[in-house]
Amino acid sequence: MTPFITLASRAIPLLRDNIDTDAVIPSREMKTTGRTGLADGLFAPWRYGDAAARTPDPTFALNQSQAVGQRILLAGENFGCGSSREHAVWALMEWGIACVIAPSFAPIFKANALRNGLLPVALSGELIAPLAWEEITVDLPSQTVTCGDAIHRFEIETEPKEMLIEGLDAIDLTLKSRPEIDAWTEADKALRPWIYLEKHA
Amino acid sequence: MTQPRTLLAKIWDAHHVADTAAGATLIAIDRVFLHERTGASALKSLAAAGRPVLDPARVFAVMDHIVDTRPGRGDQTLMQGGQAFITETREAALAAGIRLFDVTDRDQGITHVISPELGIVLPGVTLVAPDSHTCTQGALGALAWGIGSSEAEHAMATGVLRLARPKTMRVTFKGRLSPGVTPKDMALTLLATHGAAGGSGYVVEFAGEAVGALDIEGRMTLCNMATEFAAMTGIIAPDEKTYAYLAGRRYAPATFDDPYWQTLRTDAGAVFDREIIIDASTIAPMVSWGTSPEHCVAIDGTVPQGPARAHEYIALDAGAPIKGTPIDAAFIGSCTNARLSDLRRAAAILRGRRVSPAIRKALVVPGSMAVKRAAEAEGLDKVFIDAGFEWRMSGCSLCFYAGGEGFEPGSRTISSTNRNFEGRQGPGIRTHIASPETVAASALAGAIADPRERLA
Repeated sequence: MTPFITLASRAIPLLRDNIDTDAVIPSREMKTTGRTGLADGLFAPWRYGDAAARTPDPTFALNQSQAVGQRILLAGENFGCGSSREHAVWALMEWGIACVIAPSFAPIFKANALRNGLLPVALSGELIAPLAWEEITVDLPSQTVTCGDAIHRFEIETEPKEMLIEGLDAIDLTLKSRPEIDAWTEADKALRPWIYLEKHA
Repeated sequence: MTQPRTLLAKIWDAHHVADTAAGATLIAIDRVFLHERTGASALKSLAAAGRPVLDPARVFAVMDHIVDTRPGRGDQTLMQGGQAFITETREAALAAGIRLFDVTDRDQGITHVISPELGIVLPGVTLVAPDSHTCTQGALGALAWGIGSSEAEHAMATGVLRLARPKTMRVTFKGRLSPGVTPKDMALTLLATHGAAGGSGYVVEFAGEAVGALDIEGRMTLCNMATEFAAMTGIIAPDEKTYAYLAGRRYAPATFDDPYWQTLRTDAGAVFDREIIIDASTIAPMVSWGTSPEHCVAIDGTVPQGPARAHEYIALDAGAPIKGTPIDAAFIGSCTNARLSDLRRAAAILRGRRVSPAIRKALVVPGSMAVKRAAEAEGLDKVFIDAGFEWRMSGCSLCFYAGGEGFEPGSRTISSTNRNFEGRQGPGIRTHIASPETVAASALAGAIADPRERLA
């Protein structure tokens, strides 16, 4: 996974509540079983005046000249609600977003983000609004968002924080616990035999 | 005497494999369910990394998301490029040795409909799927939740997930539902009163007299919308109805006589992090007015003031009565409301009647091929067809728009599904979500209608 340590960028405001993953990337924009080629469909319903013709809507935040090359997105409550599609994270990252700051995140989106190196930062809406279009720095080791003189601390659980900073792959890490997993499974087979099914023909 | 525990705590503790150095927990995963929209992606990525599926016998897959639902279907989809999702999922499932319910399989259907039908989900198990509506299966007393593709890979490769312990919430529905009021209306009432982010960080146990009175299919409808509440999942303690429903199903034990099964409930005195109590007797049929599932009102209510964007998209002003809003299309389907009992209740309203001439498209898409056969054995297909509905093969269909089949541009739909997001059913489509009864009554009226007026 791409490590996340510190990031300085202008913050692009998309301050709507309940931005769902159908808006982040509609089902019809998920054209292959791969994880790439998704940036073009990012926010397609809002970003394009005509999604089929790909005519940009000049009023949409990501289409403004000051958004070019920027890596932090500001959003409203419950960002990433709806479908579990990890394509929402992949599309954001492919476009260039590496951090989303919102008052809260839908749980599946948050887990998907952490597994891919996209940092979800929870701050209150009152703290987020003044960050719009400002140059800010998000620093994961110190768990802070800095904007000029203002420093806001955010919470993150220890394990995802360490994994992001070190860019650790979760599967590789978990496979180191294979002896414990195997021992647990052997014990469980006696307790709950109905869980363990015959191999499919 | 041990400390009283919640059902979540019992399942969590029973699946605790190890604590990690940084304070997370490895939780054993009993079942993984994949579908063609995200399954091929996860399986291909695992294979590319040279990681085998640890126990393929406990992984299942089905074609439901973008399969064609017209009779005589094959791998061709109306979604451009959709066929690749089907063929690649099939190849990957075969290579991994996992059980696939394929397009033409008699057991094909929507993941969260067939998993209970086949006894794949069981009380007390952990079940994950790369699909947000996996919470539906909590209705059987399982800890079942939606994950992304990377976490699905993790569960298949390692048999566990690395998790932080969720908080617990109990939502108690006191009293009984009134006639014409359904579990869908319970879920929409919860969302309207506590918001689409109200369950964030929690596993929600649904309890109370009105929940106990629901049949298993109704419980699935209620749990289905826990993800719309931003909860990790919903769960309902198993009871005699649960065990009677599951006994003898293909992948379930023949009987549930072992005393273990009776332990799967929240102990008296167990403490939840949050409690919500709702009087079920005051719930009316609900319908959404806006673009989030929290934008819901009672059918005899008026549109409240919401975000300007939502009013603009849905083209309804605050203060307007929701009942009587003209509609162009009706959809009965999805993992929320396409089981046999849903179809029976909708058919009871439609029987001997015709949809309004204003309705340009009306579809019934059964939740599984087993539901379809059972409905046909009762003649429900004829009721729907005679009323002017199309009768389809099973799949997710127009719960979302994948770029193939859609509603006519500019349509306002009434839909038994779970999401009324902007564009969810197609660009510019305005969706009102409601119970199957409300969809049926509205299709007859050509406008949003109160199903209670159609009850004999």
